[in-house]
Amino acid sequence: MNAQPPSFSRRSLLRATAVAAFAVSGSGLLAACASADGDAESGSAKGKVSATNPFGIDESAALDVVVFKGGYSDEYARFDEKLYSKKYPKAKISHSGITEIQTELQPRFVAGDPPDVIDNSGAKKIAMGTLVAEGQLAELADLLKAPSVDDPDTTVEDTLLPSTLDVTTFDGKVMGLPYVFTVNGFWYSQTLFDKHGWTWPTTWDGLTELAAKIKKAGIAPFAYGGTTAPDYFFSPLMALAAKQGGVDVIKAIDNLEAKAWQAEPVKAAAEAIAGLASSGYFLKGSEGLDHTQAQTAWVQGKAALYHAGSYVENEMKAITPDGFDMVFGPVPPLTADGALPQSALHAVAGEIFVVPAKAKNLRGGKEFLRIMLSKEAASNFTETTHALTIVKGATGDNDLGSTALGSVLKAVTAAGDDLFNYRFMSWYADLATTLKSEVANLLAGRIDAAEFLSTMQAKADDIAADPSITKFKI
Amino acid sequence: MNHGKTRIILLFLALPLALYGALVVSPYAQAFSIALTSWSGFTADKPFVGLDNFQRLFQDPEFWQALGHNGLLLLVVPLVTIALGLFFAAMLNVGGSDGKVAGVRGSALYRRVYFLPHILPVVITAILWQFIYNPQIGLLNGGLDAIGLGGLAHTWLGDPAVALWSLIAVMVWAGVGFYVVLFSAAMQSIPKDIFEAADLDGAGRFQTLTRITLPLLRESVQVAWVYLGIHALDAFALFMVLTPTGGPDNSTMVLSQYLYLSAFGNGKFGYATAIGVMLSLLSLLLTALTFRGSRDKNTIEF
Repeated sequence: MNAQPPSFSRRSLLRATAVAAFAVSGSGLLAACASADGDAESGSAKGKVSATNPFGIDESAALDVVVFKGGYSDEYARFDEKLYSKKYPKAKISHSGITEIQTELQPRFVAGDPPDVIDNSGAKKIAMGTLVAEGQLAELADLLKAPSVDDPDTTVEDTLLPSTLDVTTFDGKVMGLPYVFTVNGFWYSQTLFDKHGWTWPTTWDGLTELAAKIKKAGIAPFAYGGTTAPDYFFSPLMALAAKQGGVDVIKAIDNLEAKAWQAEPVKAAAEAIAGLASSGYFLKGSEGLDHTQAQTAWVQGKAALYHAGSYVENEMKAITPDGFDMVFGPVPPLTADGALPQSALHAVAGEIFVVPAKAKNLRGGKEFLRIMLSKEAASNFTETTHALTIVKGATGDNDLGSTALGSVLKAVTAAGDDLFNYRFMSWYADLATTLKSEVANLLAGRIDAAEFLSTMQAKADDIAADPSITKFKI
Repeated sequence: MNHGKTRIILLFLALPLALYGALVVSPYAQAFSIALTSWSGFTADKPFVGLDNFQRLFQDPEFWQALGHNGLLLLVVPLVTIALGLFFAAMLNVGGSDGKVAGVRGSALYRRVYFLPHILPVVITAILWQFIYNPQIGLLNGGLDAIGLGGLAHTWLGDPAVALWSLIAVMVWAGVGFYVVLFSAAMQSIPKDIFEAADLDGAGRFQTLTRITLPLLRESVQVAWVYLGIHALDAFALFMVLTPTGGPDNSTMVLSQYLYLSAFGNGKFGYATAIGVMLSLLSLLLTALTFRGSRDKNTIEF
């Protein structure tokens, strides 16, 4: 009677709790995501095909739109949804503007109940390569061949800027629609340049001479965000290599070819970037800043040049001082006789919209994208965000009073068809991870150009030899 | 009689056990089966690959690197946190010098101050430290500069040589307050006459701490050790905010972060689950070792 029940002591309970607490926090978390099994057959809604309804959508089918609510907000999508409603008043549209794309949508993919259109963007986007390899996305060939909203005699494809669909082309199939057209290059304050009498150089040597002058003036020439976005500064490396050796140099890297990273133009480019580090041209402590902190230091005038995409104006508009006059400068080439002209641009079409293969209203999803590519929708986007879309000349030469947009429009016109881009980072997440950490090493001067290239080559070879990774070719 | 008691206990435990089984044990068991697949995380089917994931894991230098970092955390974080916790708790409770068994002057205030970091959510703590470590405008480098130690300034989160130690410092800072309170409570339950007797026998403060207080606190220290050990094996939220990509040159990558990046960054849920299974085996091992190591020694009763 007075014997203690031996098995229920306080301490053993504590022990069990400690173990259980771990079980929940560790592997149990992943399994919890997996438990919703089910492979529902997707019968997409269907209606009658007509000249104004090329996909034959069911006019009364509901449309489920999920948009990343980031730097561009999601107001433009509401505008586009209104255009859709005007055309199909019977369709009920559900709109959600979210930031955690993967977290919120992954369970819906697993359950076979994805939305009809997704703007798969932001830090928490779902890796495109993974979605494509798993057959989760609808091919968009019929969207490109469909007549455009503004002119029935022009196909949608013909209204788009050149090579913008490269980024979503997997083995020749277009699996997503990148909506925003971004050019990458250096950004600076025209006011600061005018004050010191500096001008944007046309050769790399000119840029390093300029950097020396900037440093002498007591300002750091370059800044970058080492903890989150060292790869922003990988774009100039690829730009130098492409301008020197042509786009085939980049294609070889994308295609995981042997010795692609060891090609002469890539070597010269890596050495040029490493030279910036060894000359002490980076803002001190850049390797410990995230990209927001680095960009902040730049608009505060602690660094003169920042390499980024043309989204940077919109991203920094809240804290950019009046009279900063942000201007875009294309990466100057290593030599004057390179394979691509000096005006060539690293252009990335981003903010990728996808239509899931198992969407309930797959045709409606495509129709929504067709409407987004109309002049009315595209110019509304540019007016509200100061960012260009992949729709050719939607706003003409109108710079909307922004020096940044004006300089980008000028650079895009000068570049013409000479736009290039690399894709391996969206194709092979593992290679992108290695790249980020190795670029950070290169920029911080922890490794030299040769070591950077040999590490990247080794990782690319590993991936090429790994049968479990789906490969893509350009 | 005893038989009936067991039945009542079982009856009352049925519901909690069922919930525990469905919500904790079942996902835990599922994790083991997912670890044997090459599931990407986006489809309903999970291709079975046997022990392939584990074979890859053992050949993956990043896994071993992350494991090494967890090992260092496991060694340093509990040791430093418990040592500091014990020291502060002793000062607050039995460190006074005016003859009575009491804390140093102002101990009530200190107790609150020490506990403060513990009530901050981890993410807030991390963001605060992000500002402190900022190499441009940070409090730490600025402070070092101001007292003439500018030479010690570092790019705390960007330099592989100090990044992991910078994170360890935050872990200790955030953790120590809780253990001060835990040890304080344990010290207060030690009868005062033991301390008075020691005092009469001429024991100094240090002797009292090492000969009297510590042996009587062994149980609490042991529990603290297990909790801190599990904390060191996890460490996820703090690391994810301060060094979201695993730190410069992967110098702050820990297993939980590697698991997360594999699953949600690289679409390798099967592989990530294998990491999770390794992590859970490690913590079970750790718990078992800690309790075994002290089982045969007699607990001092008072």
